[in-house]
Amino acid sequence: MKIEDKELQEKLHPAMVEGTHDFASVTDKISDITLKKRTPFHWFIGFGISFMVAQLLLFSVIWLLANGIGVWGNNQPVGWAFDIINFVWWIGIGHAGTLISAILLLMNQKWRTSINRFAEAMTLFAVACAAMFPLLHTGRPWLAAYWLFPYPNTMGIWPNFRSPLIWDVFAVSTYATVSLLFWYVGLIPDFATLRDRAKNKYFKFAYGILSWGWRGSARHWHRYEITYLILAGLSTPLVLSVHSIVSFDFSVSQVPGWHATIFPPYFVAGAVFAGFAMVLILCIPLRRWYGMQDFITHQHLVYMAKVMLATGLIVVYGYAMEGFFGWYSASQYEVFMVKNRIWEGPYWWSYWLLIFCNGASIQLLWFERFRNSEFWLFVISIIVSVGMWLERFVIIVTSLHRDFLPSSWAMYSPRIWDWSMFIGTIGLFFTLLYLFVRFVPIISIFEVRTLLPDAHVHGHHQDFEENVNEVEDTYDKTDPPKK
Amino acid sequence: MAQFFNKSANNIARISMVMGVVLAALGGFAFTQLARSSYLTGQFVEKQQPVQFSHKHHVGDDGIDCRYCHSTVETTASAGMPPTQTCMNCHSQIWADSPYLEPVKASFRDNKPIEWERVHDMPEYTYFNHSIHVAKGVGCSTCHGEIDNMPAVYQQNTLQMEWCLACHREPEKFIRPKSEIYNMKWKDGDLDAKERLDLKSDLKIRSKEMLTSCSTCHR
Repeated sequence: MKIEDKELQEKLHPAMVEGTHDFASVTDKISDITLKKRTPFHWFIGFGISFMVAQLLLFSVIWLLANGIGVWGNNQPVGWAFDIINFVWWIGIGHAGTLISAILLLMNQKWRTSINRFAEAMTLFAVACAAMFPLLHTGRPWLAAYWLFPYPNTMGIWPNFRSPLIWDVFAVSTYATVSLLFWYVGLIPDFATLRDRAKNKYFKFAYGILSWGWRGSARHWHRYEITYLILAGLSTPLVLSVHSIVSFDFSVSQVPGWHATIFPPYFVAGAVFAGFAMVLILCIPLRRWYGMQDFITHQHLVYMAKVMLATGLIVVYGYAMEGFFGWYSASQYEVFMVKNRIWEGPYWWSYWLLIFCNGASIQLLWFERFRNSEFWLFVISIIVSVGMWLERFVIIVTSLHRDFLPSSWAMYSPRIWDWSMFIGTIGLFFTLLYLFVRFVPIISIFEVRTLLPDAHVHGHHQDFEENVNEVEDTYDKTDPPKK
Repeated sequence: MAQFFNKSANNIARISMVMGVVLAALGGFAFTQLARSSYLTGQFVEKQQPVQFSHKHHVGDDGIDCRYCHSTVETTASAGMPPTQTCMNCHSQIWADSPYLEPVKASFRDNKPIEWERVHDMPEYTYFNHSIHVAKGVGCSTCHGEIDNMPAVYQQNTLQMEWCLACHREPEKFIRPKSEIYNMKWKDGDLDAKERLDLKSDLKIRSKEMLTSCSTCHR
């Protein structure tokens, strides 16, 4: 069906590149950030601050390893606290990157194109920060290899395959590997562009190695398209599986407040929710500082706001269901947990703060006025990020601090080393992100080019195959290979 | 545009791809081998003792029973190290003037125990008991090797958990009649499979599940 009404068409398929651009101007604009322009002053400020905060992480880790995990505040009955809260928070943030790169690709959503690169980078850095917590909470991470990975160790035993903690190891390591591959494969054509445009010898060399001899021949593109689709197919189930498995860490146990069937979908929605909030936090200043408004358009922000609203509402439904499950179970422990969490217990404030952050604040996104305001989107995204952190705090701490044995009830409060390590990972995250912005094209150059009106590239790989054969046929006839 | 890389870069790229995988695999293999090497386990490494005491001479040539010196092996966790008085039972009479025996005589004279070097050092987090092993048909040489051939005693086995579990999972492969516990020459083939299974039930050896439960060895 062809839509004749121009205005309607505009509304259904808004242009994802604004301004007047051609292939060359797109390439110039994005690659100049890494190659030509002077590194802006704000980059040095931002990188400097992030790098200093990252040193806090280094110091916290050294202190932790020197003294043991007793420097943290968690103790019976709250045996899990900041270590797992921060792990789940970071892993969740990564999910938007994978959703944008894989699911939106398979669904042919063109608007993913200009945000997928840095969303994927965000995923990788978030996973790196996340992975630190489960490793370090073992206290002796150099021994964690045989605690976590099944390999023929000298003990003659395997990790417990019935434990969700080992599923977690597989889920997160697969996720990190596939995300890295996906990101890197998508980068190869752009690295080749940078290699060809770089004037500096060392940059030429580095980008040359990273682009693996990419020449952009029809054969290269053909293989690239197939690889990219396969990786997208591999990543798609990961969007759902990783956070489902993270939720099993809780829901497979019997602790009231954890043992609920709603957990996997509710965690996945929460992860995408938190991830889009983080993408917005990063991309609102980024597009402004680097003048990328033509590629990351206003429309992108609106779409992301809508995804955030939708996933946020699923999360709110999850909160409602948790309460319902507690009541409907008719188990006194579950009922007690719900009451204790919401109004009777000492952590009631964290629950209501959570409801404010994740439930109330996003209601503003129903209104066009707020969706259209960069300022409000930024503020709401920050509130949501705090809210998603609080969600894990509420789930973990309020469930554990009143366990089955009243004699062991206790309060949990984080100590300075809990905070320093958490803040340190934020420093590491932004350090990596600043390095990424400086040395890697932050937007996929060649994919944005496909969005331009003068590029109608067909993605079906059979077409490519025919083209390749055609090209090679003519090549064989007209220009026999020289010796 | 001029090519930045020489043509040989193609081969370097291909080789590095293959070598990346090969080196990672080799590294992994080397790690598992290093973890089991005598460099880390102390297996087959002879320990020098303060006295030039030879098990080969005392057990092999003289035929002294293990329990003459390691007298508590049947009743307690530790097999027991003999007091100097045990040595002096014989050596007050024979080889009494030998300079080799000077540390023993000094110990006897000053009433100070000889400080032997421990050969089989179990980690503190394992609970090991000699008496139960002896009672259930595990002979000395099954774990310690042919002591009667060792001038200086060394660790015959790795003492790693996989080695313990090899027997705890299938004790019927390693047990012998209780009369043969102190026989240094016993071979596992001296009983056939059925006899060993019968022996297992005669000795009331518990199930694999019990023997490999965590708290059997880690308490």
